[in-house]
Amino acid sequence: MTGRREGHGLMDEAVLLERLRRGDEAAFSHLVERHHRPLLRLARSFVSSQAVAEEVVQDTWVAVITGLPTFEARSSLKTWIFRILANRARTRGVREGRSVPFSSLSGDDEPAVDASRFSANGMWSRPPEAWDGNAPDTILMNGEAMRSLSRAMEELPPAQAAVVTLRDVAGMDSAEVCSVLEISETNQRVLLHRARSKLRRVLEEHVGAK
Amino acid sequence: MLTCQGLTELVTDYLEGRLPFTRWLSFQMHLGMCRHCRGYLRQMKVTVATLGHLPPEPMPPAIRDELLRRFKDMRSA
Ligand SMILES: [Zn+2]
Repeated sequence: MTGRREGHGLMDEAVLLERLRRGDEAAFSHLVERHHRPLLRLARSFVSSQAVAEEVVQDTWVAVITGLPTFEARSSLKTWIFRILANRARTRGVREGRSVPFSSLSGDDEPAVDASRFSANGMWSRPPEAWDGNAPDTILMNGEAMRSLSRAMEELPPAQAAVVTLRDVAGMDSAEVCSVLEISETNQRVLLHRARSKLRRVLEEHVGAK
Repeated sequence: MLTCQGLTELVTDYLEGRLPFTRWLSFQMHLGMCRHCRGYLRQMKVTVATLGHLPPEPMPPAIRDELLRRFKDMRSA
């Protein structure tokens, strides 16, 4: 497994930080655009409404601007930003009387794949389609699939949404995710498994067969 | 003996490098024999890759401009 996945428009972090400290506006725009959506998604896992989530994200950016000159790069820039967000959103959620059960894994024991897809001996009876080599690109170009994916992410239980957003959308490694969300590695893995399995099921409805 | 159904529940542990050796071995052996499960593993990898390449969502220009203004002010302060 590659530790840090390449996302869109990735800029080397040291270069980016250097440019931010010089006051490079293009670098700041790049940073904001790259992380705004995952930040909003993560905030949404902690607080009750989109409006509050947006407020928390904006406050986070202000804190990032203020903190940049003294940021010591002990963690990655990305982790630092998401940690600021998580701390603020958590506080806000608690104040709202909404606490996210990150440490409790109960309540969602859905299988990764529906049992009806297997025969009595546990072998595939309705196996998955073979996705071709261009699958990610094909999916990214498929508007309907992307809308379903986005809806499915919004419908994930909050803790699962938070983990998959940090790991797969923002491209953090598991240690970083555990530190930002203050959860154990095992919890992180279980939440990730449930989230990824569900999102795969959604994509499966749009890819292949047709 | 690892079933296909069992494999679908171990995929994340496998991708995370967290399977104990004997589990990992039966996972590998199953993959070697079962093209459907190879297809399943591929779908999971594609799902992860897709999530890593979601297009950035345009930000409301008013918020973006306000943040940029603050960024500039911070520099001149
Ligand atoms: Zn199989």
